[in-house]
Amino acid sequence: MSDTHAQTVSFVRETMLPEAEPPVGNRGAILWMRENLFSGWFNILMTLVSLYVIWWALAHTMPWVFNGIWNAGSLTECREIRNATLGEGASAACWAVLGDRWQQLMFGFYPRELYWRPVLAFVIFLVAIAPVLFAGMPRRALWITALSPFVMFWLLWGGTAWFPVSIALGFVLGWAALRALAPIAGPLVAVIVAAALPIIYWFYTAGPLARELEQVVALRIEYVPSQDFGGFMLSFIIGIAGIILSLPLGILLALGRQSDLFIINKISVGFIEVIRGVPLIVWLFTASLLLNYFLPPGTNFDLMLRVIIMVTLFAAAYIAEVVRGGLAALPKGQYEAADALGLDYWKAMRLIILPQALKISIPGIVNTFIGLFKDTTLVVFIGLFDPIGLSNAIRASVEWNGIYWELFVFIGLLFFICCFSMSRYSLYLEKKLQRGHN
Amino acid sequence: MTTTSDAPKAGFRPSQLIYDTRYRSLTIQVIAFIALMLGLSWLVSNTVANLSALGKDFDFGFLGQRAGYDINQRLIEYDSASSHGRAALVGILNTLLVAALGCVLATIVGVLAGVLRLSKNWLIAKLMAVYVEGFRNIPVLLWILLIFALMTEATPQPRDFREGGGASMIFGDTVAITNRGVFVPAPAWGNGSLILLIVLVLSLVAVWGWRRYAHKTQEETGRILPIGWGTLGLLVVPLTIAFLALSMTSGRVTQPIYVAGGIEGASLAEFGAAQQGINACAVPNSTESLNLRRALRAEGLRFNVVPVTTAEEAIAAAEAGRCNILSLPASTDAATVPAGAVALSDTIQRGSPVQFESPVLGGFNFEGGLQLRNSLIALWLALSLYTGAFIAENVRGGILSVSKGQTEAAFALGIKPSRTMRLVILPQALRVIIPPMISQYLNLTKNSSLAIAVGYMDARSTLGGITINQTGKELEGMLLLGLFYLVTSLVISSAMNLYNSRVKLKER
Amino acid sequence: MKKSVIFGALTATGLLAGAAQAATLDDVKERGELNCGVVTGLAGFGAPDANGVWEGFDVAVCRAVAAAVLGDPTAVNFVPTTGQTRFTALASGEIDVLARNTTWTFSRDTDLKFDFIGVNYYDGQGFIVPTALGVSSAKDLDGATVCIQTGTTTELNLADFFRNNNISYEPVPVETNAEAQQQYLAGACDAYTTDASGLAATRATFENPGDHVILPEIISKEPLGPLVRHGDNEWGDIVRWTLNALIAAEEFGVTSANVSELAAAPGTNPEVNRLLGTEGELGAMIGLENDWAKNAIAAGGNYGEIFEKNIGENTPIGLARGLNAQWTNGGLIYAPPFR
Repeated sequence: MSDTHAQTVSFVRETMLPEAEPPVGNRGAILWMRENLFSGWFNILMTLVSLYVIWWALAHTMPWVFNGIWNAGSLTECREIRNATLGEGASAACWAVLGDRWQQLMFGFYPRELYWRPVLAFVIFLVAIAPVLFAGMPRRALWITALSPFVMFWLLWGGTAWFPVSIALGFVLGWAALRALAPIAGPLVAVIVAAALPIIYWFYTAGPLARELEQVVALRIEYVPSQDFGGFMLSFIIGIAGIILSLPLGILLALGRQSDLFIINKISVGFIEVIRGVPLIVWLFTASLLLNYFLPPGTNFDLMLRVIIMVTLFAAAYIAEVVRGGLAALPKGQYEAADALGLDYWKAMRLIILPQALKISIPGIVNTFIGLFKDTTLVVFIGLFDPIGLSNAIRASVEWNGIYWELFVFIGLLFFICCFSMSRYSLYLEKKLQRGHN
Repeated sequence: MTTTSDAPKAGFRPSQLIYDTRYRSLTIQVIAFIALMLGLSWLVSNTVANLSALGKDFDFGFLGQRAGYDINQRLIEYDSASSHGRAALVGILNTLLVAALGCVLATIVGVLAGVLRLSKNWLIAKLMAVYVEGFRNIPVLLWILLIFALMTEATPQPRDFREGGGASMIFGDTVAITNRGVFVPAPAWGNGSLILLIVLVLSLVAVWGWRRYAHKTQEETGRILPIGWGTLGLLVVPLTIAFLALSMTSGRVTQPIYVAGGIEGASLAEFGAAQQGINACAVPNSTESLNLRRALRAEGLRFNVVPVTTAEEAIAAAEAGRCNILSLPASTDAATVPAGAVALSDTIQRGSPVQFESPVLGGFNFEGGLQLRNSLIALWLALSLYTGAFIAENVRGGILSVSKGQTEAAFALGIKPSRTMRLVILPQALRVIIPPMISQYLNLTKNSSLAIAVGYMDARSTLGGITINQTGKELEGMLLLGLFYLVTSLVISSAMNLYNSRVKLKER
Repeated sequence: MKKSVIFGALTATGLLAGAAQAATLDDVKERGELNCGVVTGLAGFGAPDANGVWEGFDVAVCRAVAAAVLGDPTAVNFVPTTGQTRFTALASGEIDVLARNTTWTFSRDTDLKFDFIGVNYYDGQGFIVPTALGVSSAKDLDGATVCIQTGTTTELNLADFFRNNNISYEPVPVETNAEAQQQYLAGACDAYTTDASGLAATRATFENPGDHVILPEIISKEPLGPLVRHGDNEWGDIVRWTLNALIAAEEFGVTSANVSELAAAPGTNPEVNRLLGTEGELGAMIGLENDWAKNAIAAGGNYGEIFEKNIGENTPIGLARGLNAQWTNGGLIYAPPFR
């Protein structure tokens, strides 16, 4: 072919031309804009409308944000400064309120010299969940995870260290009973005893024991009552405590819902549906108005604990559904393999099914946590000082009466940062898990 | 997990309850059941003891007591003399109203945002991403508060609609957007509206028939009939003809205005000038009443409306001295007109079967028309936008889950893009979208309980709020409230599940 | 050992039965703290400052009671309550005394099983309207839109007022005073109604207070006062007489400045002597130390001082004494004799 070519055509190019740049309209920013913004009349229209919307929104908010006044002692002062510098009626935020009250928005009324405690507790929390979230960590690190709730509790509330220790002893007691009794009396009896023994211990022995130990070796830091908790710290505590405490219950409920045992199945289904069918705010009112009715006469404990109990029950129902999804996603072969190995129900669950199911469920659990974290704002309706509750309290003070948007913008921004980063993490996990399956 | 072993032949021994798998499950269940019952009885006995210690009883008698508070947003008749039970019902209807509105708008917003997020237009896609992430990651309570505050601050107050106030009504002076709500024209039903209704029902039957016929034709012959245009025509044409016909004929009939304590044959203006105050007996939402009010307003007269339900009641009310001006149908027998009542020289028209009453600026606020309160709109918008962000993600996931080959195959078969979407993509995407959508609807309904933040009187604010506060019946009130939400949730989820099972892929 | 709340709670679920209901005084002493229910935030009456220290007119009552019972005005655990949770908190024993501008009504005193121990502020429900509306009387408000806080008696009063006068209105319920203020200022309602003290406090913080007028009509009686659970009369007596001691102190000129001097040795006025414990055994009669009233007065001053400091004319709230002047000055504030 090339022969004939050579004879018929006077000039044949032997080498490739150097790659030429595409025409100006077909490269770089212009191409990108043509393809992504101005392809077709409809797209042009949409682009223009979007640009207008963005411009409009920015034009209305930006002067307010950037004219903001940072140094003032009260709203009146803010207005005076604004009138002096920008003129009467100019749009300017009064960010000074944040400078004045940011500690409250973050920590509530927690004593200022003790701020390191919640911060440390939060760091411990991050360390403690690392083994759960990142598979690369050594399994032994899970012991830190198991111990961390007690440490965090102690750091946050303070008081004697023996109290969390004596509570933790209850778990050790239960575990020891399980180990000791299982070979002698059979698994069923062992499980029942292992469940009942710690409860009896907590009711009757834990308190006095902690008191005795405290007499022997005083190990205490300053006690902070729950009324002093507030702001984002409160949201975090309620959210985190709700998720951690609800996990065991949620897993049990999920297993119950999958169970063939008729009564257990129906109890689980009933519990989950009732909890999920009623809004959280109704449950919070139940915690605040009714829980005292359900406990023995005269019993009374603080509102925050009641809220945590209710939030735990609430989250457990949602976690149960997430875990159920995880259980259902496992191939049936896994269940059959466990049976084929001759494992009993609990061993099969503990060694084969749950580790896999929980791993699949982690994104769902993180999403449940995000939802729960956002929902902690509802405690404002029962008089706890979450960020929104605090914004009301701040606005009730003489200095800041009448301030509005600044606080909400700050609160919204903080919530956004927390929830957005968590949701990105959960997305990352989902993607990672998907790859594992395909 | 079901491990079966050969049944032992020997008789029943108690140890089998623990060691034999056949009986063990029974044992576990009995133990669980007993534990549950013990727990429940513990709770109940505690509650009984606590109630008696506080000297309270457990009864629902408070539902029959006088509520004593007013509710602005109500779908049924209610005033402060009504009972707590009725207040609860008003609240429940309000919850259902905002939930239904919210679900519809959230679906529209969600589908739109979900589709646009996949748009080829970079700006639009990013804008939608900002919307979705912004709403998903900030608590709904904050959004409700923010949107309510925004609507309060950004819209003009009714005062601004006066001369020189800088605000004006839109759509030819029929709609006013204020920071108290949006005022829109309200329909008033007149003579012949029943005929219109019958025509509408007949049209609907005809539409149903036409669609069936079109479907059958396509199945048999492959010919595609214009279903959309046919439906539109069948709905619009008969109704328009009936409406025009009725307006031209009976709508033009005039009727006298009867007044008590006036001079026969005087004009409306003369009558108004002579009276201390004008109380009009009229059937609300009727065209006669509307035209009477228009006539009064045209003369610049202030008046109160005494609501009655029938012409007989209006006559009775006038005889009792509760009103001094009446609008009675033209057919009213002169003999039944109350003693002392006389007809004025001015008359009013009966009006069309349906007339729309536009809001007009009154003393403090807009009067007449329908007020969509700010609290309702703010809650509705906030819930819809918040839930819409979640639905958008579901929709996006659903559309992405349909393989591109499906679209290409449909195009290869020569199916139009709109039909491809409707007949090929959506049915497949829906299967992925619907189950999470159900839980979003449930969430929206439950989140509507935050209505108190904007002062929208839903079930939580009436039954679970003011009523509990006034009567001190927390236990009963919360129980009823919880039951209401539970039943609502179960109804929604079972209805949606029913739908889901219909669109689900039929597997053999 | 100071018993932690959580601690008590966990062990208490089965054990601590009957403790809270028996004797509030013993509970408070054992706890070393007074649990006092307050508002979540109302300018002048109770709000935390930048350091989280609670201040306000109602808060001062809590501090006085704590000082009388425990000798320490800071030994108070302030429990913020909403309009809806306040009564349950008190009934369940979560708080020992509720000092949250609560109106004394028949049904609250009897049906809800509380005891109002007195009145620390005589209030009444009023209306505020923009001057531009040209309204001079509440009866001109026919057809007006009225903002109102939910969960209070004001709702019922409002409904009754308009019903009695046969005029129509549209209520706009709002959750908090701050929301109401915002709605009112934006013109979403023509009038805002709440206790007249609250109206004054709210108006004081407006950018242009002069553009708003408080209408002359007071449509209800709102005697606001602290309350305790029904049934523990000893505790009720302590709170009642602590409040009375503050009131009597103003009448007799005992102030936070001169109280320790007056309490050092018996003076000429036997009633002051009895009040401050230099004569007689009044403290023992209510189960307290003899210097209880001295401590209570030293905590924040007498009634008049508390009033002036928190809501008086020199504060931004700027309330005149009016009905809340001493009976000797033509007001209703009147303490029974200490003898």
